[in-house]
Amino acid sequence: MLWLLFFLVTAIHAELCQPDAKNAFKVRLSIKTALGDKAYVWDANEEYLFKAMIAFSMRKVPNRGTTDISHVLVCNVTQRVSFWFVVTDPSKNHTLPADEIQLAVRMNRNRINNAFSLNDQTLEFLKIPSTLAPPTDPSVPIWIIIFGVIFCIVIVAITLLVLSGIWQRRRKNKGPSEVDDVEDKCENTITIENGISSDSMDMKGWHINDTFMTEDERLTPL
Amino acid sequence: MACAPGPDPLGDSSGDERPKWDNKLQYVLSCVGFAVGLGNIWRFPYLCQSHGGGAFLIPYLIALAFEGIPLFHLELAIGQRLRQGSVGVWTTISPYLGGVGLGCLTLSFLISLYYNTVLSWVLWYFLNSFQQPLPWGSCPLDVNRTGFVKECEGSSTVSYFWYRRTLNITADINYSGSVQWWLLVCLAASWAIVYLCVIRGIESTGKAIYFTALFPYLVLTIFLVRGLTLPGAAEGLTFLFTPNIQTLQNPRVWLDAATQIFFSLSLASGGHIAFASYNPSRNNCEKDAVIIALVNSTTSLYASIVVFSVLGFKAANDYGRCLDRNILSLTNEFDFPDQSISRDNYAAVLTHLNATQTNMVARLHLESCHLQDFLDKSASGTGLAFIVFTEAILHMPGAPVWAVLFFITLFTLGLSSMFGNMEGIITPILDTGVMPRWVPKEAITGAVCLVCFLSSSCFTLQSGNYWLEIFDNYAASLNLIMFAFMEVVGVIYVYGMEKFCDDIAWMTGRQPGFYWRATWKVVSPLLLLTILTAYMVVMVRTTMSYRAWDPQYKQFPLGQEKSYPGWVQAVCVLLSLLPALWVPAVALAQWFARRRRKQKSMQQDTCLKLQDSIAC
Repeated sequence: MLWLLFFLVTAIHAELCQPDAKNAFKVRLSIKTALGDKAYVWDANEEYLFKAMIAFSMRKVPNRGTTDISHVLVCNVTQRVSFWFVVTDPSKNHTLPADEIQLAVRMNRNRINNAFSLNDQTLEFLKIPSTLAPPTDPSVPIWIIIFGVIFCIVIVAITLLVLSGIWQRRRKNKGPSEVDDVEDKCENTITIENGISSDSMDMKGWHINDTFMTEDERLTPL
Repeated sequence: MACAPGPDPLGDSSGDERPKWDNKLQYVLSCVGFAVGLGNIWRFPYLCQSHGGGAFLIPYLIALAFEGIPLFHLELAIGQRLRQGSVGVWTTISPYLGGVGLGCLTLSFLISLYYNTVLSWVLWYFLNSFQQPLPWGSCPLDVNRTGFVKECEGSSTVSYFWYRRTLNITADINYSGSVQWWLLVCLAASWAIVYLCVIRGIESTGKAIYFTALFPYLVLTIFLVRGLTLPGAAEGLTFLFTPNIQTLQNPRVWLDAATQIFFSLSLASGGHIAFASYNPSRNNCEKDAVIIALVNSTTSLYASIVVFSVLGFKAANDYGRCLDRNILSLTNEFDFPDQSISRDNYAAVLTHLNATQTNMVARLHLESCHLQDFLDKSASGTGLAFIVFTEAILHMPGAPVWAVLFFITLFTLGLSSMFGNMEGIITPILDTGVMPRWVPKEAITGAVCLVCFLSSSCFTLQSGNYWLEIFDNYAASLNLIMFAFMEVVGVIYVYGMEKFCDDIAWMTGRQPGFYWRATWKVVSPLLLLTILTAYMVVMVRTTMSYRAWDPQYKQFPLGQEKSYPGWVQAVCVLLSLLPALWVPAVALAQWFARRRRKQKSMQQDTCLKLQDSIAC
């Protein structure tokens, strides 16, 4: 009698948890991809932890009765590692609707991932889309900051160049009167055939500096 | 000190007031910077690879020897001799040919419009490279945050960033859309930088050129070292240089080689004439021409090695990821243990599965992964820089650093070319004295930059990229070849070969040899005429169409081939003809002016004769 009951229970369980059964979800783990050398082996203990995490997630859903580990059924475990699971109600006759399970898993996805040291890509619940993390946008985009710096430097440089150009031109405009004097003296030196000394003495009268200045420059060490 | 020496033997008009280069190096670097531009990075490697690899160097070097160097020498010599910009040079050669100078000026203006727009895109990418992770590495999330934006998933993250986040492109050239403020701001910044460097003519560009001409070589070397150490670089380089002599039978290859050497040296736009006009009269322009042309070609080769080692790395990377995707499909479908299939035994496992479980494998629709297919996906132009190369950089360790280096290299390369374009505009304006003397040079350059900025702001519309392609294809190419032909004919036949050779002998110290005379008199004009006719035939035959980026298109992300509407075709024709129309216009104006003058002088003669008799 007991054997019959046992067979009945396992038969019902087998019916409830099947690939593509109603309200069943496929789970796929890629432990080696995630952890490399530190990968653990998927055995019955890990399966137990999984069932516990699912039961925990179902318990966290408000207005749902307490779910026990025995209500979570796992089947068709492959080498991949992948398997199917369902969650039954306390009577163990029907499975809980897929929407509720989806909601529970999505709410606690982070905790489930952390329990296995995996992430959304290596612990996949097929048919349960994961919420992607939003990109971290700084309040002011970085490019505007750098653009502001470069543009300010360029504008300052242009202003400096324009101002120095205006200043140079103003100095040149004041300059022509002095240049004219020197040109007159040059014409004198070309036409006069005397030696240079008399001309320089002439120039000394007007411009105290010229010949003296050039001699000084030759003597100053630099 | 202030007493002037005797007059110059051949006497020039404004010799004493004309600005000069500080030293020879500035001049050579300016010409090199003008010649070496974006085309050396993104046009030559593509042509080299698609036209038979190493074999392409044969038509390229022939074109360099018989067309590039002779024309280049001619431009430098005539500019150095006549010491004026393009308009002045042509009016001096013959008043009827003044239109060539005006055409070159218009051409420089049109080219600088779209060239600086490309630079503003480079600037935009440069500004966005200072973040980790790079913004073109990931798709934005969709509304309910469960997946990515459809347009991004359908194409790729880099294409999405280029077409949507940068250009925000419309699906059709008819829909202009609105001005994209970020592009307008970048355009303003790049024109401000150009103005900063060009503000005092060659005084300021001469200082800036030390950095903008030499820095790209430094970064290219860094990239070379990095590129050659990446996995897959060797495959890229063998793909580039494997010669395929059969392609030389296609006349299109020869046409492309000739046009490439031509556009690469930036001939016939008036920039080199302007640069040479600031030289001292006695300068060996023959040596300069040969050296600069060879430096330009060597840079093209150097850049293509860098580009293809990085492209080889990208292809190897894509191939590896293609294999990984197939491996994952197989592992999931057949529930093999995780990571049991590696890239090496993938082929063996696949054949085994194909033999045993054919149906299941067929249902998976595995992609076919061949390294050759990924290598074939090379691109040219903006596609290479902003899509292919940016994706390659994503997978390099330390990606932001390489992105910053790459885009600042592109920017300095383009900036040094912009100096030449701007001098091609500014020097004729200053020489012909249209502006009164009291207007300072800074104001003239500022006005030119402002007009160019306002005109090029039309490229910041959403359909701007389509218009830029139109400018690139129709405004520049045909006109440059035409002006180059007129240049050779004008200098050699109108100015006179003997007079020109005597001038060169005075400037360089010896008469030009047989090679120069033969190429100038016969070979180059014939070659240019052939290229001109071939180019016109090709242009007439190709339908005027463009590839539109349309997310609604069935075969998205492939561009949808659309033909230009009527009014756009009219604009294309106008752009191809407008610069060239200056030539007959000015010739006719001169002819009418001469006739009127002759009539007036004849009238005066008859009047004088009649004065001897009674009445007038």
